[in-house]
Amino acid sequence: MKGVVIGAGIVGSLIARELTRYGFDVSIIEKEADIGWGVTKANSGIVHAGYDDEPGTLRAALCAKGNAMYEKLSKELDFKVKRTGSFVVAFNDEELEILKELIKRGETNGVPDLKILDRDDALSMEPHLNPEIKYALYAPTAGVIFPWDVAIAAVENATANGAKLFLNEKVVDIEVKDGRVKKVITDKGEHEADLVINAAGLYGDEIARMAGAEHVPIHPRKGEYIILDNKVSKMVKRVIFPTPSKKSKGILVVPTLTGEVLLGPTAQDLPPEMKDNLSTTAEGLNFVKEKVIKLMPNLPFNKTLKTFAGLRPESPQKDFFIKKSDKVWGFVNVIAIRSPGLTAAPAIAKYVVEKVIEEDMGITLEKNESFNPIRKGITHFADLPPEEWNEIIKKDPKAGKIICFCNKVTEREVIEAIKRGARTLDGIKFRTRAMAGRCQANFCTTRVMRVLARELGVDMSEIMLKSGNSWVVDGKVRR
Amino acid sequence: MRTDVLVIGGGAAGMGAAIAAAKEGVKVTLLEREEKTGGILNQCIHNGFGLHYFKEELTGPEYAERLKKILGEYDIDVVTDSVVKVIKNKKVVTVSCDGVKEIETSSIVFATGAREKPFGALMIPGDRPSGIFTAGVVQKFINIENRLPGKRALILGSGDIGLIMARRLTLEGVEVVGVVERMPYPGGLARNIRQCLEDFDIPLYLSSTVVEVRGKERLEKVVVAKVDEAFNPIPGTEKTFKVDTLVLSAGLLPMVSLVSDFATLNGTSGGLATSNIGQSSVEWLFGAGNSTVVYDLVDYVTIEGERAGKFAALYAKGEKLSEKIPIEPGENVRVLHPRWYSKDDGLTIYTRVSKPIEKAKLVIGNYERTLTNLMPSEMVVLKVPARYLEGFNKLEVSIKEV
Ligand SMILES: Cc1cc2nc3c(=O)[nH]c(=O)nc-3n(C[C@H](O)[C@H](O)[C@H](O)COP(=O)(O)OP(=O)(O)OC[C@H]3O[C@@H](n4cnc5c(N)ncnc54)[C@H](O)[C@@H]3O)c2cc1C
Ligand SMILES: Cc1cc2nc3c(=O)[nH]c(=O)nc-3n(C[C@H](O)[C@H](O)[C@H](O)COP(=O)(O)OP(=O)(O)OC[C@H]3O[C@@H](n4cnc5c(N)ncnc54)[C@H](O)[C@@H]3O)c2cc1C
Repeated sequence: MKGVVIGAGIVGSLIARELTRYGFDVSIIEKEADIGWGVTKANSGIVHAGYDDEPGTLRAALCAKGNAMYEKLSKELDFKVKRTGSFVVAFNDEELEILKELIKRGETNGVPDLKILDRDDALSMEPHLNPEIKYALYAPTAGVIFPWDVAIAAVENATANGAKLFLNEKVVDIEVKDGRVKKVITDKGEHEADLVINAAGLYGDEIARMAGAEHVPIHPRKGEYIILDNKVSKMVKRVIFPTPSKKSKGILVVPTLTGEVLLGPTAQDLPPEMKDNLSTTAEGLNFVKEKVIKLMPNLPFNKTLKTFAGLRPESPQKDFFIKKSDKVWGFVNVIAIRSPGLTAAPAIAKYVVEKVIEEDMGITLEKNESFNPIRKGITHFADLPPEEWNEIIKKDPKAGKIICFCNKVTEREVIEAIKRGARTLDGIKFRTRAMAGRCQANFCTTRVMRVLARELGVDMSEIMLKSGNSWVVDGKVRR
Repeated sequence: MRTDVLVIGGGAAGMGAAIAAAKEGVKVTLLEREEKTGGILNQCIHNGFGLHYFKEELTGPEYAERLKKILGEYDIDVVTDSVVKVIKNKKVVTVSCDGVKEIETSSIVFATGAREKPFGALMIPGDRPSGIFTAGVVQKFINIENRLPGKRALILGSGDIGLIMARRLTLEGVEVVGVVERMPYPGGLARNIRQCLEDFDIPLYLSSTVVEVRGKERLEKVVVAKVDEAFNPIPGTEKTFKVDTLVLSAGLLPMVSLVSDFATLNGTSGGLATSNIGQSSVEWLFGAGNSTVVYDLVDYVTIEGERAGKFAALYAKGEKLSEKIPIEPGENVRVLHPRWYSKDDGLTIYTRVSKPIEKAKLVIGNYERTLTNLMPSEMVVLKVPARYLEGFNKLEVSIKEV
């Protein structure tokens, strides 16, 4: 069967991989220049423990399950998960009541090892917390990932198992004939399809409309963030949440995989036509600061590296919308994947294939015997013991040539990223962490551009920062 | 591998240090992470270097060549393309195409220079398109890669690099629509305001800042507003510039991450705190150049590099260095270097005032000196004779308005 997955976010990528496991002929279509550049690129990156979601929702059913699946998945696909654990802190007895409710919910949702710590225990584990806190809900299974790593890894594994990836290609229409999906039409051409998976994130409602399938309306809810330098990592060991409100989990402090500390997100509802509004605002950033000071009064804002914003794909139902279409055979919606979408993604992929496709649609799944679940990531040599790194340098001196000084990324890693499909500066950055460190590409922009231009055989002026016409340098000074 | 003095960084400071250490007859190794030595000088192809040190006006690369030539006259192990990964006690781990190596040394001169404050640190609201660069990156595009950054540019920050880039961009045919500075006075040297802006009719917008950047793919426009005394934008004063390039020149930050976990930093400069002989709080660690304090003139960088190199060599030879007494910043002193005084050598004070002062009296120990027309952008450099410093176990530098 020909399966077309629309959207190479974390959800579409993992579904595509799952489809190759059962021998589908898979095409992944993505409008951006690289994998994971939609919602998957800008969020908190937390693998939630799963106590937040109201029992009975799909979110609750898939979150803790997804969390547990990360263990095996990260080994198969060679990406990092750090089980930092998380705290939800309470400042008074009213908030304590909410923590108790969260524990109850967590137990219903199957979250292991939750417990409430008193002030002293909490402060001894996180000494930089506001000393005025009274309790903390401790969830040891919470962790952090770089979400795009997961999407990239899943697509690489899917393509190794036969899937085809089409970047810079935007779906503009879906042809339906006799109540069945026929073709996915893009701005570049068309793809025949027996099965269409709509994993288009913020644009999921628009894609469903193209097919005349049922959907939920999606509007963006903006979340703004501040990132602090990785020297701050000493101050924060775990993900720190305030006690949640009805509307959101509040402003968090998140220690990332590489030690930078993420502060945010805000929660601002935007009209549906603003799905590309990723701008930060003065109000938003000030709000983040204000709230963070309450959680951790001494975080140094003068160590700010950068700011950014992400958009949550929200629907009025506030739940994932994962269903086969009853109107259009072969069309499957996997949309409105708001938080905890990253966490749930591995479970969503399994659910889509085993529940929606096999059970609900009645398609018999046959295991692809040659499916290989293993993918190897790009080795970051600086993480290796010196002797091992030395052996690699002996065979390839480019593995000793450091291009990004802050994050110690070598030329060989940059070349490897290009081999795997990076075509832009951001493509290199997200795959290798070059240009993402303390100096924010002050020293390595031109160094990376040289390698990129050389490897691709193009002039520097043809190099883009990200998607679209985001050129970096103009023509030559002297011809 | 073993050496006596290990110099980290091959800019004007590091080269000076290596030369002076070699003169003391010890084994010297200099590590540079770029393909060649010279540091920031390599990309500064304008004139204005060396008047004090070489008594001649040179370009950056010419100044670097001169130092390299002297460096070549000594038996110094210069290793380029070699990045220091960690410094642990007197052992340093380096990475290069030759492998990961450990070097043991008796002393270190830390001369890693400064980096530019990045755009993200300013927390300016708006989009994140391409076309936003720090001045040093633009300088590299033009002077080293032979590429223009865009067609129409606005410059944020009136630091010297920004001013020099305003002129350079104009000369290369890029339209520079203005320089925006949030302070009520310029951040760069007066001579650069004259030669880089006024001579080219480039407007300077003081007490103003960028409040928004717009553009989905490439930068399209930048919104500038006036700021009040607390640097908050004043609503209603916004002005929009249609530009494809925003060049940031918001200052340099000393690079200290390799040592900041174990050595004392100079709170006034953000650099490694050192004494007048370059010694840090850790006795075998010496520092010089922009990694200790950001200098206006390269000549002083080399001079202080030489001092640090010499004393690092004496330390390596086992000579006992004198106790150092602290020097604290007082009234109106924003930046102060050095932070300790050792009577092993003379004292030169490098300082910046916290606000413009027309007439002032600088006081340290028993020394007083009247100064006029002080600007925060211009470093005050003063030699203080030793006799005025006798009998103190603690010193303070203050600059009193008169
Ligand atoms: C601020 C914020 C914080 C969050 N924090 C967390 C968290 O800590 N933990 C957690 O578990 N979850 C979190 N989430 C949720 C999580 O990020 C999302 O659930 C998840 O990334 C959704 O992935 P996706 O693949 O559905 O969407 P996307 O990543 O947006 O993927 C959809 C893809 O489809 C492409 N596309 C769209 N239209 C077309 C078209 N016409 N043609 C071709 N391609 C198209 C897009 O370019 C995009 O790449 C957070 C979300 C936000 C915004
Ligand atoms: C744009 C600009 C214009 C200027 N104009 C003038 C002028 O007109 N006249 C004047 O007199 N002065 C001028 N200056 C000032 C002067 O040039 C500098 O202060 C001086 O060159 C700094 O020298 P440095 O050695 O401290 O630092 P740098 O030149 O920055 O050298 C530091 C070196 O250390 C290396 N390094 C860093 N980290 C490591 C590591 N971990 N391992 C190995 N190596 C490392 C770097 O690659 C670099 O080569 C200007 C400066 C700038 C930036």
